[in-house]
Amino acid sequence: MLNHTAYLALALYAASFFCYARALYGAHRWVGRLASLFLLGGIVAHYCALLERSYGTHTIPYDDLFGSMSLFAWLLGLTYLALEIIHRQRSVGAFVTSLLFVWVGAVSALAPTQMPPPLPARGPLFAFHVTLNTWAYAAFALSFILSMIYLFQDRILRSRRAVAAFWRFPALDVLDGMSRSSVYVGLAALGVGVVSGLIWEHRLTGTYSWGDPKVIVTFLIVAAYVAYLCLSRNAIWRGARAARICVLNFAVVLFSYTIVNLYLTTFHRFF
Amino acid sequence: MASTSNPPNAPPARRMGIRIALIGCNHRTAPVELRERVAFTTEQAVDAASQLRQRGILEEAVVVSTCNRSELYGVPADTAAPIADVLEEFLTAYHRIPRSDLEGRTYRWMGADAIRHLFRVASGLDSMLLGEAEILGQIRTAYGRALEHGATGPILNRAFQGALEVGKRVRAETEVGARPMSVSLAGVKLAERVFGSLKGRTALILGAGEVAEQVTEHLRNRAIGSLRVVNRSFDRARSLAAAVSGQAIPWESLESAISAPDIIVTSVGDAGAILTREKLLRALTAREGRPVFVVDLGMPRNVAADAANLYNLYLYNIDDLGEIVEQNKKARETEIPRAEAIISEHVAKFEAWRAGLEASSVIDELRGRFRHEREKLLRERLDAQGVSPEERERMAGITEELVERLLAEPATRLRHGRGTQEHLSSIHALRRIFGLAREGESGEEL
Repeated sequence: MLNHTAYLALALYAASFFCYARALYGAHRWVGRLASLFLLGGIVAHYCALLERSYGTHTIPYDDLFGSMSLFAWLLGLTYLALEIIHRQRSVGAFVTSLLFVWVGAVSALAPTQMPPPLPARGPLFAFHVTLNTWAYAAFALSFILSMIYLFQDRILRSRRAVAAFWRFPALDVLDGMSRSSVYVGLAALGVGVVSGLIWEHRLTGTYSWGDPKVIVTFLIVAAYVAYLCLSRNAIWRGARAARICVLNFAVVLFSYTIVNLYLTTFHRFF
Repeated sequence: MASTSNPPNAPPARRMGIRIALIGCNHRTAPVELRERVAFTTEQAVDAASQLRQRGILEEAVVVSTCNRSELYGVPADTAAPIADVLEEFLTAYHRIPRSDLEGRTYRWMGADAIRHLFRVASGLDSMLLGEAEILGQIRTAYGRALEHGATGPILNRAFQGALEVGKRVRAETEVGARPMSVSLAGVKLAERVFGSLKGRTALILGAGEVAEQVTEHLRNRAIGSLRVVNRSFDRARSLAAAVSGQAIPWESLESAISAPDIIVTSVGDAGAILTREKLLRALTAREGRPVFVVDLGMPRNVAADAANLYNLYLYNIDDLGEIVEQNKKARETEIPRAEAIISEHVAKFEAWRAGLEASSVIDELRGRFRHEREKLLRERLDAQGVSPEERERMAGITEELVERLLAEPATRLRHGRGTQEHLSSIHALRRIFGLAREGESGEEL
């Protein structure tokens, strides 16, 4: 799969990771800005790589495992960059970009060298449905990363031992806010994605496949994240407990993305 | 304890025409009693700089005076006596103290060493509390005052602007100034790890002792939204609250008061555990589980130890904070080599710039010397022979061109080798060979 733009995206993600990590350990302010610029460059190059793949399949690259995983990584980067700008907080960047680099690198290295053949046309609504659902998973992955950092930070605060990076990490309150923002993005994307999928299916078959395991697990995911949002404001659950819920919720997302897609569903097995 | 060796990692001193001289004493070289006697008030610092220039001792001057140091920086004018002796004489005379009192209590640096010292001071590496931030502001103020009164010139402007840049870089790019070094600041910084910005947050101060005042000051600097003070003596609470634009609360209202704040700081002496687990649990419930950060600076402790297990309550006592401060001190010390590397980079930049000035100055002086000799020769040889004005003009033109041709090559070479040791040596050699060195500029002695 590795074409020139994919190589470029990988290189930019690596440069971005390096700058974010340097910024975490007290580099000059411009290093942090450079990290964001590299990430933006990586996202643009990654988009071009996806576009190139799309020319081969005549649609968004969701139909094979590698294209779908690459799309997931791209949306994760995009969501993070948006949250970084909104929350004005760069200290999580090193974690996200390291994941992006490893993920995109692995996907690119393991992908078959030949392009998948063109697919039967399913229309833009279907592409919209899959893209939004993938975006939702990417946003939930981001909230998982943020919750993990929250739990780590909380653990250090409780142990009363300040490690070096501790002073550079975002505050618990900021992590909590970013995580919730990410879940809001995920729920909105998933909601619209599910509705567009249902409309597409009804247009095609005149029915709704409510019994499909993918649909059932998706509603379970929605319920789990709505519960997280409610509990994260609740007196007993707010804080570290809510962060743990967010981490557990992501296990359901992973289950849906892997086991359900590969083995359980028939209707949603698109690779 | 006069210092004649180089500062750590310093290159050997260079002997050049345009130099910065420094004399000073600090917490390492002089006891507080002596430092008090040679300290400058704001007005005195301006006056001293002005006098140094008026008396022809320095061409440019800046006086830096803080509680831990008094330093005179300047660009020496052409004087016969060693500049450091002249500056020390001035320092003692200005403060009307016997010179013997300052004997062995000062340090003297010249050229690159003086610049390195200034950059280390601005970076907080020469401070009593490694990496402290206040010194950068104090240098900015001292330089600003000197600039305002016209006491500085191109050399000191460049040096002090460089120092401010180095100070900022060292703090931004290393951990030297990153972590809190006092118990009070550590408490506030830890609260920021929970809440992020403290702007608009609420804090309750229990007790009105010295440490509580320090914490309150740090909180106020961070634009805390509301500050409440509770003390057994209501008058004392009112006085501290008034000083920090806070609100004094009677001791009897303590239980209701603890349910509101995000941060609680306790430093009540001889009181034992005022805040029990039950009281804090009630407070957390009233806050709907929102986190509370508690700093217990009391001795004996004011917060029951078992309260540390409460969910969403972060409790730090004085030992916890002391340990963090100790860790931070060690961490700061390990960052010194990184800070020194930044300083060396900027010293080299300054030296390159200074060498550029030197090169221009040497070429100009050489040109002046050659022209003078040319004029002398024309007078001796042509005027005596009664050569016509046209012929004399022609000869003058030819010799002028010869001077320029002779200078073209050295000027180009000096321009291209800026900042290298060889380049600096060449400038010095030129000065020596052509007798251009200023009087008293042998460089052997400061």
